[in-house]
Amino acid sequence: MADPTLRAARFPRGAVLPLVAALIWSAASAAGILSGPMAVSPLEVVVTPFVDPSGRELWMALLASIARVLSGGILGGLIGLVLGYLAGMYKTAALGLAPTVHTVRQVALFAWIPLLTAWFGNGESTKLVFTALSTFFPLFLATEQGVKQAPSPLIEAAHTLGLRRWTRVRKLYLPAALPSIYVGLQIAVLSAWIGTIGAEYAIGNGRGLGSYIASARDQFRMDIVIVGVFALAGGGVALSAAVRFITAKISPWSQEAR
Amino acid sequence: MNAFAIEHVSKSYILEGAERPVLKDINLQVGHNEIVAIVGASGCGKSTLLRLVVGLDADYRGTISWGNHDRTSASKVGMVFQDHRLYPWLTVQGNVDLAFDNTRLSAAERRDRTSHYLQLVGLADYAKAYPRQLSGGMAQRAAIARALAQEPEVLLMDEPFGALDSILRMRLQDELLSIWEKNKVSIIIVTHDVEEALYLADRVLVMEPNPGRIRDVVEVDLPRPRDRSDPAIAELKRRCLATLV
Repeated sequence: MADPTLRAARFPRGAVLPLVAALIWSAASAAGILSGPMAVSPLEVVVTPFVDPSGRELWMALLASIARVLSGGILGGLIGLVLGYLAGMYKTAALGLAPTVHTVRQVALFAWIPLLTAWFGNGESTKLVFTALSTFFPLFLATEQGVKQAPSPLIEAAHTLGLRRWTRVRKLYLPAALPSIYVGLQIAVLSAWIGTIGAEYAIGNGRGLGSYIASARDQFRMDIVIVGVFALAGGGVALSAAVRFITAKISPWSQEAR
Repeated sequence: MNAFAIEHVSKSYILEGAERPVLKDINLQVGHNEIVAIVGASGCGKSTLLRLVVGLDADYRGTISWGNHDRTSASKVGMVFQDHRLYPWLTVQGNVDLAFDNTRLSAAERRDRTSHYLQLVGLADYAKAYPRQLSGGMAQRAAIARALAQEPEVLLMDEPFGALDSILRMRLQDELLSIWEKNKVSIIIVTHDVEEALYLADRVLVMEPNPGRIRDVVEVDLPRPRDRSDPAIAELKRRCLATLV
């Protein structure tokens, strides 16, 4: 006899709700309940990115956004790591840096856009800086916290072993901070994704998912808007999964549980 | 020639505005290749004394001097704590390799010495294991290998076997002695186990708390290997316990 819990596990229960929603949506547009210029059927949404000339722009837009997330994210992430490390390690850095960062991060991210466009213009640099900024804060906080949590017995061992400064960074403080940095990275990658799309949407020019959605809205192409929204969700899930995959790869000691 | 000497060392903490002495006028000379044990009730400052010697705490009065070195050559001191303090993200091999960080050894020499010391403590087959995969006794042996790999002139051990069961403890005591035979170092071992102290040491310092001071010095003039049930040891044990209890 088949185990009912096993059979249930084989069917992805997470897919039930979206499937039901899609069915209701199809039925509604087939029955003519959804009508008018703004109404689209699920089928249209599925084929648009492949057949529609404007819809096909999706793939280049997606690529552009991902490239932007990576470049801006790496830039902001590295700065966040380094400054967070300094703030976690050194009292002078903590006193000089942390209050400012902790205050500035209270500013809602999108409130930066007017300032940034004034400073960096209406183009690529502003988007990059904005993405970097949205990655910087979570990684700064996570690294600062993580470094502070390095266990003092291991710090004493570093002393008795006579470890040099750079070895302490590589073999003590960074690995000790990694669990916290991973959590920060999870938050940062989503924050960077939202930041990128938001900057593209607000600035509007150039390639990218945000400008793809913005121009579709201006042309009243609801099918393309919905395609864009799905791509946005898919991109976020994929980035998140990529971070999880990479972090699991580089911390073998936490996996090899007895 | 002494490996090092502690002269008139005192230390106190400030607790709630009042000065609490933890160590009072400690004097100790440790010869080359000598094993000195320090026993005492908890709170007598025996661990604090080791922390001063290894340089984890510089806030004391008196002098700690090293045979032919100055105070800064503390890399010639190795330390084993009660908890193994291995870095969980490094393999056993990687942990031992930390001992060479402050040396000019080539990568090949580091590898050779790492495997030499792992062999010495019987962990050659576990070089690639992570600390969490080791049992308590194995982890402690890895910590001893790491401290020995520093090739110290003095090895300080703060209740190194205190967290292990009694059978394992006896086995590791024998292992420590056989390592010491092959690799002559001075050892100062802090313990609350009088039998352990008498089995291992040439000299046992009996400390007393409030403030921590040396109350008695027991010379253990018995050849090794010693017999744990030797009446001479029992006699010395009685003397130590009379001071301690």
